Amino acid sequence: MPSYVSKPTPPNQDKRWKLVDATMRRQGLQARGLIETLHTVQEAFGYLDTPALRYVAMSLRVPLSRAYGVATFYHFFTLKPAGEHTCVICMGTACYIKGAPQLLHAVEHDLGIAAGETTTDQKVSLLTARCLGSCGLAPAVVYDQEVAGKVSVAALQQHLKQWTRP
Amino acid sequence: MTPEELEQIAETERAAQSQFQQRVHVCVAAGCMSCHSQSVKDALDQEVGRRGTKESCRVKGVGCMGLCSEGPLVSTSTGVLYKQVAAGDAAEILDSLEGPAVARLVCRTDVPFFQRQQKIVLENSGVIDPDRIEDYIAAEGYTALIKALTEMAPREVVEQVTKSGLRGRGGAGYPTGLKWSTVAKSVGTQKYVICNADEGDPGAFMDRSVLESDPHRVLEGMLIAAYAVGASEGYIYVRAEYPLAIKRLRNAIRQAERAGLLGANICGTRFSLRLDVRLGAGAFVCGEETALIASVEGKRGTPRPRPPYPAMEGLFGQPTLINNVETYANIAPIIRKGGEWYAQIGTEKSKGTKVFALAGSVQNTGLVEVPMGISLREMVFEIGGGIPEGRKFKAVQTGGPSGGCLPESCLDMPVDYESLARAGSIMGSGGMIVMDQTSCMVDVAKYFMDFCMTESCGKCIPCRVGTYQMHRILTAISTMSATKQDMSMLEELCDLLKHTSLCGLGQSAPNPVVSTLRSFGEEYRAHIDDHKCPAGVCGQQENGEQG
Amino acid sequence: MSLTAAVKTLRIDGRDLSGRQEETILDVARQHGIFIPRLCEMEGLSDVGACRLCLVEVKGQNRLLPACVTAVEEGMEVTTNSDRLQKYRRMILELLFTERNHVCAVCVSNGHCEMQMLAQGLDITHVHFPYRYPKVEVDASHDRFVIDHNRCILCTRCVRVCDEIEGAHTWDVLGRGIDAKVITDLNEPWGLSETCTSCGKCVHVCPTGALFEKGRSVAEMLKRRQFLPYLTLMREENE
Repeated sequence: MPSYVSKPTPPNQDKRWKLVDATMRRQGLQARGLIETLHTVQEAFGYLDTPALRYVAMSLRVPLSRAYGVATFYHFFTLKPAGEHTCVICMGTACYIKGAPQLLHAVEHDLGIAAGETTTDQKVSLLTARCLGSCGLAPAVVYDQEVAGKVSVAALQQHLKQWTRP
Repeated sequence: MTPEELEQIAETERAAQSQFQQRVHVCVAAGCMSCHSQSVKDALDQEVGRRGTKESCRVKGVGCMGLCSEGPLVSTSTGVLYKQVAAGDAAEILDSLEGPAVARLVCRTDVPFFQRQQKIVLENSGVIDPDRIEDYIAAEGYTALIKALTEMAPREVVEQVTKSGLRGRGGAGYPTGLKWSTVAKSVGTQKYVICNADEGDPGAFMDRSVLESDPHRVLEGMLIAAYAVGASEGYIYVRAEYPLAIKRLRNAIRQAERAGLLGANICGTRFSLRLDVRLGAGAFVCGEETALIASVEGKRGTPRPRPPYPAMEGLFGQPTLINNVETYANIAPIIRKGGEWYAQIGTEKSKGTKVFALAGSVQNTGLVEVPMGISLREMVFEIGGGIPEGRKFKAVQTGGPSGGCLPESCLDMPVDYESLARAGSIMGSGGMIVMDQTSCMVDVAKYFMDFCMTESCGKCIPCRVGTYQMHRILTAISTMSATKQDMSMLEELCDLLKHTSLCGLGQSAPNPVVSTLRSFGEEYRAHIDDHKCPAGVCGQQENGEQG
Repeated sequence: MSLTAAVKTLRIDGRDLSGRQEETILDVARQHGIFIPRLCEMEGLSDVGACRLCLVEVKGQNRLLPACVTAVEEGMEVTTNSDRLQKYRRMILELLFTERNHVCAVCVSNGHCEMQMLAQGLDITHVHFPYRYPKVEVDASHDRFVIDHNRCILCTRCVRVCDEIEGAHTWDVLGRGIDAKVITDLNEPWGLSETCTSCGKCVHVCPTGALFEKGRSVAEMLKRRQFLPYLTLMREENE
């Protein structure tokens, strides 16, 4: 039988697929569980690649194009692996009026990448956030999960230097 | 769980709490956590352990105390609030429980920021431990649910909510009682309640704070709502960007289930409710009811035309009640104290209190809950403490990307749904961002249009292409390359989007432009006619790039 | 319920008309030869209310309502063609023309394009918004068909016909906002699609020259639409 009729098998032997399977079972293997499952895949693997999307779509009986459409509609999902470090610059209103654009320009300039991209050496991914809800600490930046408040351009550049040092 | 059992838990908890002569509360909500309040709490715990005073002194992690800009915040049973506390201050703070306060850390609480607040939604925030259901129960938690289940018919619950005059706190201000009665009257094989916690406005963090500080209050509100409208299944749709809120919410659901306050046959009645958390995934448009429903169903979060309204045909085609976090958080006190009590607070058409996230160019930034009808001037200059560094007030932005910028002439206007709408803004979910002379209004309008363009779902043409064209024009203005023709095009597009877009996102996307054009038209003209940015913001960093 | 209760009488552009209660303003208008422009709506497919060209004025309503999804109501007074509506329709079409790269002179659907016809009907002689000129690709990997994204207006008729009539759901929409685009399967070349049945329904419902048959030259792509009402009718008959 062709792959899309028989019971789908995970793309590889990775144990993390067990987590994904558990989420899908909790959702009753129904199409409505697609977004929850994609969250689990991203949490486990860091991003969503084509084999993962195919496996999830087949398991939940969601058309392939719909799974891809959902994965690309929501900006929280990423289809590319992130770099070793991530720098998230909050672009919420409070951060914006307190200098977030200058922070972003400085990083884009220093790393030579735009928001949403990763440096070619896979060291740093630069992201922006809609709002971290840390408006009292504007402008805010997240260095690898850790929120830093009232960030200056100099402090940000200093931090990036630590990451990019060979 | 019977009323007697609930009272028993409350008694036991209160007795246990009164064992401690000394109490130290450390804020462990996201604002203070990002200034390392966890290490402050750990240090305090350690110090108490070292002194062997565990029996008499309790260190408790609590929710948000409001003044986020001064975090980490610590309060003590001696009635002192400490600001910007570091782990190294632990010993001094514990010493102060039996002596004078640590002067260098004291945060004054006799100021308008604290005195002018009236807390209903936030009454437990900063007081109870959000991870313990017993703490919530000791603070009268779940008594409203028991009251509704044992003493009131669903119809009577709806009546009280209607009497309270409560209006949706998510933005549009639709009367909550009316929404509930529509869902209650709708016929379906299954009804749903949904809590919209996809707080998307940049600059708003009220819902996150409520979920992090007092998650059981939201659950109780949803339970009462489900009982009133006849729903037996529910979802809480939370932003994935709020990991702490999600963790506490999931923990609260487990605790409530174990206590028999959630699940099948709640409190021995025929009422059952199953609640589940659904994670948003970064799409502002999912704040729109029909888009949110599509997302809960696992689909692309695109809105659909209404009618049919979700109250009649919502999740999986069934009658669905959708309210936001703050709306649900108001329910328990309304049931406990009655709709009439709530209706005494606020103005004629906007009842009760509203939580605002005050941010931007003000001395005190953080979370405040005030009665409706307070003036913008009081918000900015008394509660907010005015503009820092002697700068001059320029505008206050409410309602996020769907709202507007209000100039100085609006400062004496009362904050309520109608007044804000008349002035060209909206209440929105409660973000309030203050701007001073260093902010350029064209730049601010461009910022919001960039947001709307990025968040447009792309389904309808006016919003998909219109926001792009408007952003292009605003970029041109801010790089001094726009013409008068561009201005008339901008105004045409504002009109088009408002009247032809499919959903609220597109219909309200022009608001930031319209409101700044109305109140700060001269700034636009300075960019176009004189090629100057009066605030000195534009033309600095941009080089004409688009997108 | 009595049979008469299910019929509503209404007035469209001054004409007294009647429709069944489950019918929309557009249905009734169409039955009586009143033309309301639309690009996403198609008889036989579900309605999405996305193109906003069919917005009409209804007396007593301060919002404009999409005719394709608004059910008729007793006593409704509908205006389908006011100056204001014409202005909005012209602007919406202009925005569409600026979004991608629509060059009628070299298009396979020149002369048979729904968007072109609407633009002519509204006397659009030029577009006063600047063009975007995005770089978008043409996918000619399929044996028989081509998708030229330059001419796609994201009406999603292809997505709906493939899902609702053919049942393959090969098409869907990627991304969102101005970056949205229709895709096959996991955004793979159409020719490699494992779900496409090559039935060609998507090609024939496409209102523009975005989807066409290989080998067609300028103005040669005539679209056959009869299959859709036929299939719908036959399915209803056999239910």
